[in-house]
Amino acid sequence: MKTFTNAVRQDILKMIHNAKSGHPGGAFSCVDILSVLYKKVMNVPIEWDKAIDFNQRDRFILSKGHASTALYAVLAHCGYFSKDLLKGFRMLGSKLQGHPSSRTKLPGIEVSTGSLGQGLSIGVGMALALRLDENKDSKVFVLMGDGEMQEGSVWESLMNANNQHLNNLVVIVDKNNLQIDGSTCDIKSLEPLDEKLKAFGFEVYSIDGHNYEQIEQTMIEVKKSTKLCAVIANTVKGKGVSFMENQAGWHGKAPNDEQLQKALEELNA
Amino acid sequence: MLSKNQEIKSPRNVYGETLVELGAKNPNIVVLDADLSCSTQTCKFKNAYPERFFNCGIAEQDMMGTAAGLAYEGKTVFASTFAMFATARCLDQIRNTICYSKLNVKIVATHGGITVGEDGASHQALEDIAYMRSIPDMKVIIPSDCNEVKQVIEYAANTKGPMYIRIPRTNLKTIFSSEYKFNPNTGVKIRDGKDLTIVSNGETLIEVLNAAEKLHAVGIEADVLHYPVVKPFHHIALKESALKTKKVVVVENHSVIGGLGSAVCETLCHYAPSKVYRIGTKDTFGQSGEQRQLMEFYGLTDKKIYEKIIRFMDVK
Repeated sequence: MKTFTNAVRQDILKMIHNAKSGHPGGAFSCVDILSVLYKKVMNVPIEWDKAIDFNQRDRFILSKGHASTALYAVLAHCGYFSKDLLKGFRMLGSKLQGHPSSRTKLPGIEVSTGSLGQGLSIGVGMALALRLDENKDSKVFVLMGDGEMQEGSVWESLMNANNQHLNNLVVIVDKNNLQIDGSTCDIKSLEPLDEKLKAFGFEVYSIDGHNYEQIEQTMIEVKKSTKLCAVIANTVKGKGVSFMENQAGWHGKAPNDEQLQKALEELNA
Repeated sequence: MLSKNQEIKSPRNVYGETLVELGAKNPNIVVLDADLSCSTQTCKFKNAYPERFFNCGIAEQDMMGTAAGLAYEGKTVFASTFAMFATARCLDQIRNTICYSKLNVKIVATHGGITVGEDGASHQALEDIAYMRSIPDMKVIIPSDCNEVKQVIEYAANTKGPMYIRIPRTNLKTIFSSEYKFNPNTGVKIRDGKDLTIVSNGETLIEVLNAAEKLHAVGIEADVLHYPVVKPFHHIALKESALKTKKVVVVENHSVIGGLGSAVCETLCHYAPSKVYRIGTKDTFGQSGEQRQLMEFYGLTDKKIYEKIIRFMDVK
């Protein structure tokens, strides 16, 4: 898994460097979670909509759409589309838009996101539809950023999920404690987040969002669970590159040539 | 095409009844509301098919996001609340989630325009058409009587893609006979004249027809065009009429900024530059009042429209 995530992290940096823009910090905080979900937990056919059991797939929504590079790179490394496409990230006419777009029909992309605070409502709608269709095979996984939870619409949808008793929905919070302007605690604190989620009716799990075994174990457990589950994944923004870790400044900045080299060396070591 | 019998009916009831009829034929239809199901009449659908009705509570952003999720899974989704809350409150969700992904969500907003009445400015959506018209891939439809409301809802249920349909709080007089067929691809000429063109839709169409009758009495003959589909705007009927009359008046229960009047000007400046007079609420908020009083105050009754057109016709 470490080899896989290292390769994915390197591609994320190359994409952002090539595009001269993008969001490395938040991509690196969630990339381990994404890797485990796609490789070990979720059932999403590589053939995508050509698969006969396409409808039975698990649904994944990257509500924090700015971490698109993490999703694109994981999908490409898993084989949903060619790694060559990664070079087009943020380029005119590319299927790899700055933020995920379902319009471009890129295999693996379920929904369009980018404007924060909307993915969970979409997930609630999908979970309701799956229940109406009596689809018991599929689970909806929604990954949010912690900063994103400052959006009021998130709490509207948390209430809705509980009210509808959605046991086919899993909320994952990539809790890296940083947002563009600094620390989440200073700007608009979400604490105590676990208590809040419990009060909203969720069965809450707190894990180390960079520990592959913990992620896998917990995600498999919540996938089987018949309760409404939320996983708070404690993460490090910029995880994997020493000079990016825990630096809000690396939220939305591309590395220069020298920084790219240094980071790639660290990831190769 | 026009009905002789001017029956008065509630378009909201017709909306609710039509949903129930459609729901019987199509199990894929789901309906969402944001705590106004008795007012929007989506409660009729709830009573008929409770498992396919979702009340999202007083949370319009969540309602639009949930609607999007249901649509991603192939459902035909109707989402309703008052026009004020169905647009501005959740504009980002409508733009970035519903329209950007071309989802099959029909926003059917009731209580559009000044005729909300006594509730006043906070509930009078005078800008909703402007918001909705500016979003790519959004269709915007404003039917004028209950016969048309029914046909528009049926059309929406059978046509993929995002739509915004605005229906008023007030009861509507029957305009169209049973032979009238709603056509999404054209403006409809419903009165023939030569001196000016009047374009309208929604609640103001009946006022325009009455005003045209008064104009006829003083020798002014108006072409009256009904444009239920504000977007995409089909220019041909308007262009042909404007090239003939050279004078165009637009009447709508909406701000003169961004609504039907703007759509008409955008079209005419390209196809048939004409003198255009837009009748609607000015750049202003509404206020409390009885529905007819408000129509009078903001110049949207047949009498006021007639008077304004008489003055306009004198302008050289």
